[in-house]
Amino acid sequence: MPVRRFDKTPMPAQEAQARAHNFFEVNGGYTAARAAFEAERCLRCQHPVCVDGCPVHIPIRDFIHAVAAGNMTGAARILRSANPLPAICGRVCPQESQCEAECSMGGRFDPVAIGHLERYVADWERTQALAIEPAITKTAKIGIIGAGPSGLVCAGELARLGYPVTIYEALHAPGGVLRYGIPEFRLPKAVLDWEIDILRAMGVEIVCNVIIGKTLTLDDLTNRLGYAAIFIGTGAGLPQFLGIPGENLNGVYSANEFLTRINLMRAYDFPNADTPVRVGKRVAVIGAGNTAMDAVRTALRMGADEAMIVYRRSDEEMSARVEEYHHAIEEGVAFHWLTGPLEVIDDGSGWAAGLKCQRMELGEPDASGRRRPVPIPDSEFVLPVDNVVLAIGTTPNPLLTRTTAGLATTAKGCLLADEATGLTSKTMVFAGGDAVTGAATVILAAGAGKRAAHAIDAALSAQPH
Amino acid sequence: MTRILDARRLTPVTKLFRLDAPLIAASARPGQFVMLRVREGGERIPITIADYDRAAGTITIVVQEAGATTRRVCALEPGDSLLDVAGPLGSEIDLPPGGHICGVGGGFGAAALLCLMRERSAFGDRTTTILGARTKELVILADELARVSRSVEVCTDDGSDGFHGFVTQRLAQLIAGGGPGRPDAVVAIGPMAMMRAVADTTRPHGIKTLVSMDPLMVDGTGMCGGCRVNVGGQPRFACVDGPCFDAHEVDFDTAMRRNKAYVREEKIASDLVGCVSGRSQGDASQAL
Repeated sequence: MPVRRFDKTPMPAQEAQARAHNFFEVNGGYTAARAAFEAERCLRCQHPVCVDGCPVHIPIRDFIHAVAAGNMTGAARILRSANPLPAICGRVCPQESQCEAECSMGGRFDPVAIGHLERYVADWERTQALAIEPAITKTAKIGIIGAGPSGLVCAGELARLGYPVTIYEALHAPGGVLRYGIPEFRLPKAVLDWEIDILRAMGVEIVCNVIIGKTLTLDDLTNRLGYAAIFIGTGAGLPQFLGIPGENLNGVYSANEFLTRINLMRAYDFPNADTPVRVGKRVAVIGAGNTAMDAVRTALRMGADEAMIVYRRSDEEMSARVEEYHHAIEEGVAFHWLTGPLEVIDDGSGWAAGLKCQRMELGEPDASGRRRPVPIPDSEFVLPVDNVVLAIGTTPNPLLTRTTAGLATTAKGCLLADEATGLTSKTMVFAGGDAVTGAATVILAAGAGKRAAHAIDAALSAQPH
Repeated sequence: MTRILDARRLTPVTKLFRLDAPLIAASARPGQFVMLRVREGGERIPITIADYDRAAGTITIVVQEAGATTRRVCALEPGDSLLDVAGPLGSEIDLPPGGHICGVGGGFGAAALLCLMRERSAFGDRTTTILGARTKELVILADELARVSRSVEVCTDDGSDGFHGFVTQRLAQLIAGGGPGRPDAVVAIGPMAMMRAVADTTRPHGIKTLVSMDPLMVDGTGMCGGCRVNVGGQPRFACVDGPCFDAHEVDFDTAMRRNKAYVREEKIASDLVGCVSGRSQGDASQAL
């Protein structure tokens, strides 16, 4: 038996001072030696509980064993059989609260770096010439609405099962939040393009610029175009605003707008790319989720001298990934905890000049189970800022549900769907991801897409031919 | 890719395109728009659907050269393609049927009245189109609009054609009883200043008035809120809730200020493309 090492093998990363000013990927990925070193730390549990923490149930022990044995082809095959987006999930999953939270090594020692190893295997696969052939054996066509994580995974699973699949995407490029939300420095677009190209090679058709609910209705897909089943993976792309005075001043963005301009429309490359964005010297991002971290770190890279998080609760309640939070600290992001925004101040010409805030303290837990922030009287102050970016959450876009009769939703506009199958209130219409749960994570959406794919297969297999 | 079937110069700075877009043609309604992108790295801009032909599977758009992207579009000819065209987007013009509808079109905004007036006329509504431009050469689609409206009133600032004066002056005459009758509803599409003037004209008379707002847009599907407009004190997304809103409820000051947010960048981009027309609209948006 090799000696068990207690600490996670570190991931090489760009030095913080340098990376805070470029869009290159922060994490460098394991070398072969580091990957083998880390893979050896896995205890190869007889009942690998790590798998229970993974929403797509990757046979984690087995793929890590293959890495340790130097069998990269085998590792890649095992990984891809369970997850059609390994290069993405290995990068953006909150492993600390999923697979790695269950790892038997955890508790006393560092858990095995499952995410880093998943990424290593997928990145190795990217260097190989993949011979992927479409294996469409079935005739029942499946329509998928939305090319984000849940739709892509659902499509990948169904294509693997032999179904002809068409994804309809409203934007001009597929990927959903992976394309417009998560920045290049966390998920290079080349990686995203590669994963999507594999799906295309498997026979998945992706049709962009089609807005279901506008260009075509959901009923058009089932009635006129003959899709046997539909999966709705339209996400939660509707940004929330605070409703505070000054929110419509120039220089105030929703995080969706800010990140879409920069990630999807490449405003960082203006004027080579045509879409502009205006990032001043001081940028306040309101919120403390992953979107807020992405926005604040993007603001630094767009040239802001000061980029700060403004959050009405404390760091205890922050929902961002631990790794992203640490990366943000290293890069010099400032954090204003227990700070509630009250008003965006006008510079006199219609542009934001400051953010008036008040200090908060934590009271009793609220409906979310987190302690409710309560304003401290007479604690108002102004942060001088040129931009305010609102990253306070998103809800499902009502575009589809407004035009689809019989599709039941919750009061918050989330689709009602069976937890195990994703089946909605409409026959042979399934749904998953943020459209059902409200804003959550990439991997939860992927898990929902995979479950729905198998439910669709089961439902179609049970139908008389 | 969306193929351009026909292209026709209407004025030195406006061009009409008929696009092969059967899916959009099949579901388009008056007041809706498309988002288009002309090249890799290009921006997404909103353009109103001027007309559609469901049987032919085509839509018509009119583009005015006002900046980099619109100049690139206007350089295209039949046989060329637009990289991305997505739509129809936005909500259709919501006006109860019946009565006398007056469409007011300023500059290239007049094009957007084509499908509205055609459908309303076919429905049996009484229709009047008021067309405004600085001078005769800039009046667009007067014959086409005459075919789909019961009457057309051309107005030029310099008096070179039709009524000598602004569309609002002619509209005020109609309301007062001079001309084809007092309208029951007004739909104004054109530059923001003109739409605001129309709102001010009809407000004292309590005439239902809709304006087609043209804020800056990015996605056009409701996911960013860049196009938010204050209507009746409430923030509304023009790309989903609009683009047509009750003119008497719209906060035009905020809307006009927000449209100038990127004037500096638009100049840089425009200079890179090179000056084709030598004329800038001065307004941030190219739409509507």
